[in-house]
Amino acid sequence: MEFANAFILLCNFVIVPSITYGSQLALGAIGVTLIYGVLRFANFAYGDLMAFGTMVVILITWWLQSMGISFGILPTALLAIPFGIVVTIAISLFFDQYVFKYYRDKKSSSVTFIVVSLGIMFLLNAIVRIIIGPNDINFMDGERFIINAVEFKNSTQFEEGFSLKTTQVITLITTAITCYILFYFLNKTKTGKSMRAYSNNEDLALLSGINPNKIILITWIIVSILATIAGTLYGLDKSFKPFTYFNNLLPIFAATIVGGIGNPIGAFYGGFVIAFSEIALTFAYKKFLIYLTIIDPNTTNLIQYISTDYKFAISFAILVVVLIFKPQGIFKGKLI
Amino acid sequence: MNNIDSKTAFIIMGFLLIIVGILQSWGVAITILNLCIISAIMSMGVNIQWGFAGLINFGVMGFLAIGGLATVIVSMPPVYEAWTVGGSGILYSLLFLIGLVTFCILINKWFYDFKYKNFIIFILIILSIPLLKKISGSSIQSIESINPAAEGYLGGLGLPIIFSWFIGAILSASIAYVIGKICLGLRSDYLAIATLLISGIIISVIKHEEWLSRGVKNVIGLKRPAPYEVNLQNSQWFIDLINFINIGGDASRDLIISSSGIFVKLCFTIIFFITLLILLFLSERAVNSPWGRMMRAIRDNEIAAKSMGKNIVKHQLSIFMIGSAIIGFAGAMLVTYDGLFTPSSYQPLRYTFLIWVMVLLGGSGNNYGSILGGFVVWFIWIESAPIALKIIEFFTLFLDQSNPIKLHLIESVPYFRYLMMGIGLLLVMRYKPEGLLPEKSNKI
Amino acid sequence: MKLEVKNLIAGYGSVTIVDNCNFYLNEGEIVSILGPNGAGKSTAMKAMVGILDQTKGSIRLSGQEISRLKTQNRIELGISFVPQTNNIFTELTVLENIEIGGFLNKNQGKNKIDEMFDLFPIIKEKRYQLAGELSGGQRQQVAIARALMTNPSVLMLDEPTAGVSPIVMQEIFEHIMRIKSKNISILMVEQNASQALKISDRGYVLVSGKNAFHGTGNELLNNPEIRKTFLGG
Repeated sequence: MEFANAFILLCNFVIVPSITYGSQLALGAIGVTLIYGVLRFANFAYGDLMAFGTMVVILITWWLQSMGISFGILPTALLAIPFGIVVTIAISLFFDQYVFKYYRDKKSSSVTFIVVSLGIMFLLNAIVRIIIGPNDINFMDGERFIINAVEFKNSTQFEEGFSLKTTQVITLITTAITCYILFYFLNKTKTGKSMRAYSNNEDLALLSGINPNKIILITWIIVSILATIAGTLYGLDKSFKPFTYFNNLLPIFAATIVGGIGNPIGAFYGGFVIAFSEIALTFAYKKFLIYLTIIDPNTTNLIQYISTDYKFAISFAILVVVLIFKPQGIFKGKLI
Repeated sequence: MNNIDSKTAFIIMGFLLIIVGILQSWGVAITILNLCIISAIMSMGVNIQWGFAGLINFGVMGFLAIGGLATVIVSMPPVYEAWTVGGSGILYSLLFLIGLVTFCILINKWFYDFKYKNFIIFILIILSIPLLKKISGSSIQSIESINPAAEGYLGGLGLPIIFSWFIGAILSASIAYVIGKICLGLRSDYLAIATLLISGIIISVIKHEEWLSRGVKNVIGLKRPAPYEVNLQNSQWFIDLINFINIGGDASRDLIISSSGIFVKLCFTIIFFITLLILLFLSERAVNSPWGRMMRAIRDNEIAAKSMGKNIVKHQLSIFMIGSAIIGFAGAMLVTYDGLFTPSSYQPLRYTFLIWVMVLLGGSGNNYGSILGGFVVWFIWIESAPIALKIIEFFTLFLDQSNPIKLHLIESVPYFRYLMMGIGLLLVMRYKPEGLLPEKSNKI
Repeated sequence: MKLEVKNLIAGYGSVTIVDNCNFYLNEGEIVSILGPNGAGKSTAMKAMVGILDQTKGSIRLSGQEISRLKTQNRIELGISFVPQTNNIFTELTVLENIEIGGFLNKNQGKNKIDEMFDLFPIIKEKRYQLAGELSGGQRQQVAIARALMTNPSVLMLDEPTAGVSPIVMQEIFEHIMRIKSKNISILMVEQNASQALKISDRGYVLVSGKNAFHGTGNELLNNPEIRKTFLGG
């Protein structure tokens, strides 16, 4: 029985990646759910907003790097994030003022908003690709690994080398800090409570004297911050490819609905549920089970429940299960 | 802005195509025309779901791919060796799958009131997946190892490719049935997200199951319902025809070659155009029938319709299936025209959302509107790249050929299409949300 | 007069529901608006608050014309409204519900909230519970407390005792009387006519969108025609 090796293997390929991926989805899902709760539509442009924010961060990172500025073992991109946030906020507010506001005033249906967000999606998609090109960009610098697999294997005597990338730790810490601040804001400040009230019951919020324009402004600011951070973390961890950001929107939507649409805590947990499921169900457990001497080392079967190509199927299956058994989501959100 | 007459709109389109023919080439103009017709059919399918029943289907790409898959499995020649080694395994798996789906449907019917019925179906499906893998595993491996470079799959039925258009429609309708059963009770935004996810799954399946579709290795050399250029160039009757048309002596070899290309494309045009007319006729009949009016009544006021006792979901399911069938049909047409099936090329932006722009711009709830939308949007999509290139070159005349900005801009010309789409969609939604050809309203 | 409404015409779309109605409310009074279903009582109140689109007529609060102002401005000037349904923030705690009302008025704070809990002691125990989990009567108390936090001079209630048991109805009316004792003028739309009239200084009866009767609470209670039609003989 080699519990330690089995455990290390699981950490390397399931637990740590799930936490990382889950954090990225969680941040994205919270953004989508906030837009849904306050502005009342599913924003299909959110993925490309994340791409836009990341693009700005990359450009500023390159500029900083060209001036010889770096951040030691941490990626320089972290220094660029605040600037990325500012620009993303600006473009979100621009689109809100000149596009979405018109339909809000007209009290258009949610379908209209979805279609309009498609238009914004095309625009952002084009802008990102025209400015930075469609190719893979790797903007990670600084120390790549906090714990290196080879060094681990050498210093301990385990067969499995545990490795921990800097980006994984950064993702976890950044997400934790961001979410802590966000939930503090939502639960303990006047404006945060007003936002939750407005999201819960718009008419009553107006009757309580809450200023809707202020709420909407704050929402776009928060959402832009989350989009930039989430997009940058994802880009640092994997690489920046504009095309993948829209695809990531699908599990993010699933996470939002699973957690209860309109419910930020639900979105947070939903992100992790989806991430863990996607990774755990597509992992090949063969080596893991061999370590635990549950199966014979000569088996050819990979013991993989479903191929990694079917990641979408998992998000969708979870979505369907939740919609059938618990339509408001695991944590209560707005009813269907 | 006043409403344009549909005839005027199409005449303008015709003029634009003629201009393209003169300025660029006739081959390009006819290709645009052919793809316009296909796009028009795609938008008609989406419009039937959205314009007439208010259903948001963001899974268009999936149904197009199913249509494309149909061309492969209907028209490609069978790979006999693969069938011998793996055919039985695949058949057992297919029977198993059909049995599973039927069983689930039956359980749904028999145990309608049982509290845990969904739970049972869920467990069934979860357990079936590894079982299915076991049944099909070795067969799939053997099939994929038969001549993987050129084949590595089961091949098709070897039938004429036009059959595949209808098979594509039927396949799409069947899958639409399953999807509809699961998703149609949901409200619009959820339906949009669910269909988007499902189309992702469909593409994943097609890309992954190489024994069926060759996956990302693509299928080339699909059969054609039109002659091949090479054959034409060597046929006496064709050479005589070109000589006849070419006033002023015998045609040059070059002229014969380029004419053959145009001739082939025109053959497609005729086939596609007839198809479009038939579909338009059927669709207009359906729209103006009592059934069509009822669907629109349901769309406009679902709550009132429900209170009148109409079974909404059942009607929505039939419309969903019909619309998806048409989309699948168009998908097969497209792959037939391209002559190759490339699963990786199916992207949401290009295949789902672009068609949505066509429906919205043309005018939802109106068949002529979706046809016009298909034409206009496709035209803009194709021509915006060369036009953008000309504009960029004009504005950067003063820059050196190797200037990085100039090069970068020229490289990004393809993405100006997305820019045009975004701006176009936003303008239409703002200033003419009913589209260029609005639905003829029956409201008093 | 604290609130004076003259020639109020209001409705939805092209349908007129309130047809040239007049009301007035003096400081410290409880005034009821009664009438059969569909008479336009709730519509009239919503028009006074400003949440209906088509409204014509004059609405004066302490002499100031407010009929052209947005709802939020009317709230700032001292009107508060408790709708009949959806009148609490179900996803927020009781305490947060009450706090929200106080955001408008920056100078308040804990004192005003304590005052609310004194007025409605039962909900004090449940202050950290989600408002959506409370019973009907308790939710009404939270709804009224939230409305009072904006420090209104005029409190408007739309059927405050709708759908509650007789005991709870009594409690709610007792609360309303206690609110009156704080010199807040109260206008309420009610279906439970006789109970409402018992605690009202005056009452209006609307029929088919028009003023039909007007008098003191006692006058209306003892009017044989009204007794027969609305009060069950």
